Amino acid sequence: MNATTTTTMNPTALIAEDEPLLAQALKAELAAAWPGLQIVATAGDGRSAVREALRLLPQVLFFDIRMPGLDGLGAAAELADIWPTDEAPMPQLVFVTAYDEYAARAFEAEAIDYVLKPVQPARLQKTVARLQQALAGQQQQPSPSASPAVADEALERTLAQWRQVLTAASSGSAPPAAAPSAPLRMIAASDTGGSTVRMVPIDEVLYFEAADKYLRVLTATHEYLIRTPLKQLLTQLDADTFWQVHRAVVVRSAAIESVHRDEAGKLHLTLRGRAEKIPVSRLYAHLFRAM
Amino acid sequence: MTPDAPEALPRFRAENIRGMFRHGLLTVAFCCFIATALAISGNGSWESQMVYSLSIGTICWFVIDAGRLLLSGHKEVLWPHGLWSYGLIALGITVGFLGGNAIGDAWVGAPPLEFRNLAGRKMASTIVITLVATIGMCFFFFSLGKSKHMQGQLDLAKRNATEARLKLLETQLEPHMLFNTLANLRVLITADPPRAVAMLDRLNSYLRMTLSGSRTLAHPLSAEFDRLGDYLELMSVRMGERLCYTLDLPDDLRDIPVPPLLLQPLVENSIRHGLEPKVEGGEIHVRARRNADRLVIEVSDTGVGLDAAPPSEEGGSGFGLEQVRERLATVFGAQSEMRLAAAPTGGTCATLSFPLPAAAAS
Repeated sequence: MNATTTTTMNPTALIAEDEPLLAQALKAELAAAWPGLQIVATAGDGRSAVREALRLLPQVLFFDIRMPGLDGLGAAAELADIWPTDEAPMPQLVFVTAYDEYAARAFEAEAIDYVLKPVQPARLQKTVARLQQALAGQQQQPSPSASPAVADEALERTLAQWRQVLTAASSGSAPPAAAPSAPLRMIAASDTGGSTVRMVPIDEVLYFEAADKYLRVLTATHEYLIRTPLKQLLTQLDADTFWQVHRAVVVRSAAIESVHRDEAGKLHLTLRGRAEKIPVSRLYAHLFRAM
Repeated sequence: MTPDAPEALPRFRAENIRGMFRHGLLTVAFCCFIATALAISGNGSWESQMVYSLSIGTICWFVIDAGRLLLSGHKEVLWPHGLWSYGLIALGITVGFLGGNAIGDAWVGAPPLEFRNLAGRKMASTIVITLVATIGMCFFFFSLGKSKHMQGQLDLAKRNATEARLKLLETQLEPHMLFNTLANLRVLITADPPRAVAMLDRLNSYLRMTLSGSRTLAHPLSAEFDRLGDYLELMSVRMGERLCYTLDLPDDLRDIPVPPLLLQPLVENSIRHGLEPKVEGGEIHVRARRNADRLVIEVSDTGVGLDAAPPSEEGGSGFGLEQVRERLATVFGAQSEMRLAAAPTGGTCATLSFPLPAAAAS
């Protein structure tokens, strides 16, 4: 099956859901709400959802948030970066999730890119209508190779949608900060040996990088480790001072020296005072569009 | 500055100073009473009795009450320990008696320490009144402080108990689990009605147990295993082939009383932190056995294991284990034991053991 023929035929979708009965139910509900939609695959975990999505290049993704292995948020963030935009347009992303204590806030917004389990037909119908509209918009445009500028614009629109839905979902899945805490001034971090705790002034931090169970805290000269998850730390950082440029990286915006695009089209940035190149996710590339 | 750390508070904080002055006022009132009583019973003028009484009383009060705050070893009741407190009271009485009499003598214009020249009987009665009044007041204030402290402890305990019960309910009725189960049920109602009915029955007894479980003290081990069966069956409808489980309960252990929902948090942990994160799923085995005069229960899984669990963001597993440990300790005391270890097959194994009741042990 090839992506260019499917766009002219029935639209295609992929379901990622770890509970078999619920995957089956969503499939049935979708068949009723959108008879033309073709479910090309159902994946039971995040890792295989990414694999299947890259293989089949569907136009719509229905992702459960809690999944074994890689969760729905991780799978979407990964796909955002490695999706072959020259072969097929970025798919539309919809999160499907059961009530989650912390996600409740995000759902209050009645976001159309969320479907709550158990799936209500009327609610699903709204999402389907939005998806159909978005896909129709895509089809009116010439193929990506014909006009790069128009294709870029469409890509940016889809990326903005992903960014929005991912931000809502990840802020929703983290416990809200105990109180609207004052911006962090000092960080108690252990050095890489793990034996000493150092007080690191936030003004010295150039960037944070999530690594396994830890969060690396990097200054111009040193590296420290903390155990606070990035998601939680973000709520205590000033959003203008620190920019998230990747699922796992937050940098001091004033320290950014340059941003380079490599042959594959991927962005990397360098920071004043650090030698290493830091990857920029496609989702956050809009921050570096030349003014 | 948390209420859990009284050590960190200054001794002479406003609250304690206020308490001290309250004691002072009571002392003054009591002194007035004694002076009036003595005057009425014809022991000299009311005025001079007041001066003596108030002088002795306030000095005693000040020495003892200020000394009490300075020396108090156990900070909750604010009285020094054992001999110290007797010493302090003795000191207060001595200083109060000598100082108060000196002031009184100065007031009535008698030579200092004139009381020594008084008739032995009168001196003895002054000493006795000072002694009895001071000791009585000290005992009264001590009991007052202690009962206030006890009341505070009691309120705290009540609050903690309510909080724990709420939290228990919240963890057991995890909304994510409940709504996912309902979503599954919704599918089954049309796709497979008999299975839907079976699932609904399980959900029914699971909910009943969860809601009433925090109110009963004990139920038979077989009932506990039945409830685990409900929970695991609900989970296996949801997880499909990713979950296999066995429950192994020997017949002779069926009637052993256990605290309700004792094992539930362990099984939930196995699912949530062991099997749910694992793509291929796995197995859970719950096994009860007798080891000499002890009951041993093991909950083991083949999940991702202790190390693989991501750093807990919301303290997810922590509460469950702590709760099991606490309940075991409450019911069986120091003779109970719970261990969480890596299972030989990969995954995690929680083992708890406690003495069998005497009737069942034989």
